[in-house]
Amino acid sequence: MNFQFPDLTPVLPEAFLVLGALLLLLIDLSIKNKNATAFISLVLLMVTGFTVYSTPSGVTFGGMFSVDAYSSFFKYIFILSAAMAILVSGRYLRWRNEEHGEYYTLILLSTAGMMIMASAADLITIYLGLELMALSTYVLAGFIRGEVKSNESALKYFLLGAFSSAFLLYGISLIYGLTGITRLNLVASAISESGLVDNPVLFMALLMFVVAFGFKVAAAPFHMWAPDVYEGAPTPVTAFMSVGPKAAGFAVMARVFLVALHSLQADWTTVLVPIAILTMAVGNIIALSQQNIKRMLAYSSIAHAGYALIGLITGTSAGISAMMNYLIIYAFMNIGAFSIVIILDKGRVPASSDRLDNFKGLAKTHPVPAFLMLIFMFSLTGIPPTAGFMGKFYLFMNAVEAGYTFVVLAAVFFSVISAYFYLRVVKFMYMEEPEEGEIPAASMSTAPVSITIVLAVTALAVLLIGVYPEALLAMAKNSALIF
Amino acid sequence: MIPVTWYMMLSAAIFCIGIFGFIARRNVIIMFISIELMLNAVNINLVAMSHYLQDMRGQILVFFIIAVAAAEAAIGLAIIISLFRNRATVHVDEIKEMEG
Repeated sequence: MNFQFPDLTPVLPEAFLVLGALLLLLIDLSIKNKNATAFISLVLLMVTGFTVYSTPSGVTFGGMFSVDAYSSFFKYIFILSAAMAILVSGRYLRWRNEEHGEYYTLILLSTAGMMIMASAADLITIYLGLELMALSTYVLAGFIRGEVKSNESALKYFLLGAFSSAFLLYGISLIYGLTGITRLNLVASAISESGLVDNPVLFMALLMFVVAFGFKVAAAPFHMWAPDVYEGAPTPVTAFMSVGPKAAGFAVMARVFLVALHSLQADWTTVLVPIAILTMAVGNIIALSQQNIKRMLAYSSIAHAGYALIGLITGTSAGISAMMNYLIIYAFMNIGAFSIVIILDKGRVPASSDRLDNFKGLAKTHPVPAFLMLIFMFSLTGIPPTAGFMGKFYLFMNAVEAGYTFVVLAAVFFSVISAYFYLRVVKFMYMEEPEEGEIPAASMSTAPVSITIVLAVTALAVLLIGVYPEALLAMAKNSALIF
Repeated sequence: MIPVTWYMMLSAAIFCIGIFGFIARRNVIIMFISIELMLNAVNINLVAMSHYLQDMRGQILVFFIIAVAAAEAAIGLAIIISLFRNRATVHVDEIKEMEG
């Protein structure tokens, strides 16, 4: 029996990140100042980003792992969101006496898991990447050990996450039984060659995948965990997991549905169209009644999963590129909004930190954060000249061209509804007086430099992409060419 | 020889029992065990198919699933313990800090 050693060049970024994260875990034992750990993890992410850029496209491990423009695009999203999450974490953790080096290792490992997911060309690799990402994120959600809310959030995330991966595995086992293969492109050819398109078991497997990925991207009716988990988890972790794992879920979803189950496109569109509409409806309508900013942003994140699903439903290369474009824009505006929530954080004050009422009169007391929040809220609503408008515009345009006019009509209708709760925050900030007896929140001048950097980057990106989207669009278009 | 469809039916039955246990029971530990049941249903399915197809891939995936399930158990129990230290309950209906 001859054993051929696989070519390791394509997995270099992931290998580097995992080894770096493990090494960081060791080095951290001798580091007293956790800011240094955070700094090292940022350097690791930067180097990983550079290796992603310099790694040539290729396939390794017998076709289980493929590097192409599509996976690289998603890897940039993951690295970017991880770096921004690390930057905003320091003070939040310090104020709760939970600043441990493991936090940064877990973020790095979770990022490595997402990168493996984006590159996965085999159902086994998808599962492994997904679990590496999910297991790290469960722990991150429960990182504030002394707080019941954080425990509860981790527990709910864990239970429903494990439940959904069981569905994914059952789907994989059915596909394997039918086709005898787990490689995505070979599954596609096996399905068309042996005439399995109308096989009810294959449709079952498809449904299992929809359930599993629906849980991961928090699409209705599989969204129930999201509000509780997002509310209870530490805010920087919420910012991270509302962007990274969601984008990773979409990356895998597009690959599985467009590559492996390509010949079932009519079937999965039929399943996904009602899910997308329901997701937008649930997210936008329930967000109207929220009194907690993190919970409101959780429902908003559900709604945005619905918008991104439209790009997937379109099923064309252009639609996928619009989805990718939207996901990166969403990363900027959402992390920006969460950074404002972190700036206004008051430490261990029981439960009052994240109330929506805290935003009342913010423009008078803290004009700069209020203005930035205004930009992010406009962008999340989709008002020009912000990036959110551009993202939605291209998403909807491609869907109309592909003939899904009614889905777009629903999306536009629900975006109008969403304006109410996003602009309510703006109204609170600019048109109401601060509440009496409120403990004053930390101001911009006392905020750590790292959060200021994130706010500057996100706000600039949101405005820049809104005015000049061509560069990003071209990049997304090139990356989606594999479909 | 037992036909492969019997194994598939067994697997489907155990998977459904797992789903039912997860939805119907309110004890966190039992819910967690139900998830393990679902994972093992998948393992039966994969091993049976792997034998039927005379292909190793299914068994390789089973090894991965077993390893990941072990890691998952460690993390899940750690989360349950840290919650138990604060609340002294394993009943999901009592774990409701956040609602709405």
